[in-house]
Amino acid sequence: MEATVARTGTEGKTWGGGKKSPLKASYGKLMMWFFITSDALTFSGFLAAYGFSRFKFLDSWPIADEVFNHFPFLHGVDAPMYYVAFMTFILIFSSVTMVLAVDAGHHMKKAKVTIYMLLTVVGGLIFVGSQAWEWKNFIKGTYGAVETTGGQILQFVNTDGERVALKDIAVDLKEDRVVHERKNGVWYSTDESTLPTYSINEIKEGFKTKNNILIRTLENDENGAKIILSREESLAYMDNRAVNVVEGANLTHNEYGPPLFADFFFFITGFHGFHVSIGILLNIIVFFNVIVGTYERRGSYEMVEKVGLYWHFVDLVWVFVFTFFYLV
Amino acid sequence: MAHDATHQDDGSAVKRIWSVFGILSLVTIVEVILGIIKPEFLVKTTFIYMSLLNWIFIVLTLYKAYLITWAFMHMEHESKGLRRSVVWTGLFLIAYLLFILLTEGDYIYEVYQNGQMTWDF
Repeated sequence: MEATVARTGTEGKTWGGGKKSPLKASYGKLMMWFFITSDALTFSGFLAAYGFSRFKFLDSWPIADEVFNHFPFLHGVDAPMYYVAFMTFILIFSSVTMVLAVDAGHHMKKAKVTIYMLLTVVGGLIFVGSQAWEWKNFIKGTYGAVETTGGQILQFVNTDGERVALKDIAVDLKEDRVVHERKNGVWYSTDESTLPTYSINEIKEGFKTKNNILIRTLENDENGAKIILSREESLAYMDNRAVNVVEGANLTHNEYGPPLFADFFFFITGFHGFHVSIGILLNIIVFFNVIVGTYERRGSYEMVEKVGLYWHFVDLVWVFVFTFFYLV
Repeated sequence: MAHDATHQDDGSAVKRIWSVFGILSLVTIVEVILGIIKPEFLVKTTFIYMSLLNWIFIVLTLYKAYLITWAFMHMEHESKGLRRSVVWTGLFLIAYLLFILLTEGDYIYEVYQNGQMTWDF
């Protein structure tokens, strides 16, 4: 028997095996850290791809302040970033209640854990709701724009540089407009789901009659502001290039700039929102487990700690999304 | 288990949580204010391919990330081995990915600028 037992000479040392846990963490917590590390790489893949596209279109990327400038109950007021700042606070605060729940768990205080878990769930719900509202504004759009043959976006401003909405430009031509269907066109086209509010001809005609309206392109000048064309250039652009009316944003058209901007917005904030939703679900499960006393019987609130790790990670990701989508 | 490492007096742990919350809020407020007023001097000054303002945002973000991981995720109480396997692995891979993709993006930007007649047809 003795011959089959390998003696490595490391018995009793940190990495010598046996009952000793070298990283001094339980299996569950270690696995949560594994997951978080790999998930962090997924998110950084998304954000790095966003950075790639942004560097690629360095001089024509939308300015975030102009895209996300809504605040509830303040219609038509330019409120850059206030709302995302509010969302950031909500998420940081729900992180605080989560870590307070973990701390109360260490001291086996069931009532406190219950309250803090509930607050965390509420914070998460407010955050996801806010994100839905952001999406709604982004999809609906504010001013509308026209698209050129090359897929560039042309926006409208008045002579003071203030944005002008399509509805203030268009004239009613009483046209007969039909929804384009694939069966009536080339095979690779897709069905139009709805017609834009105005046809491109209505915008073109209206633009000719309104002398104080100019076109703003996506390109930045040397100060980082978007270049505004002269009236003559604007008329020429409208005549020769404009082919489509764009209202709001989806995966293929986007009134704010390159469609890629909308794609990344939907995928990154969507993937993050999905994580938050999963986190809320886990928190609710833990919340009820706390109430029915599962952890009290188990003698340890470590499950709160593990779910807490995930929740803080979601907060951590938002800190980066906030910086790279809204600030930089 | 990890408990022995995290056991502190009730007061000090809770105090640490609230002070970290205070710092995180303060940093976020500073970021938002800077993002809204965009001081001319910071926007115009370029430092290693980027404006000073963007560098400030990135440094503040990393500081927030550090606080969340260390204080909220209890990284400061974990063993050195666990801390390094998570943080060093992540930082190295992310830095590498960013370096490669941003360099490539910048190269394509140059091609659009100089390498062809027009791409906005």
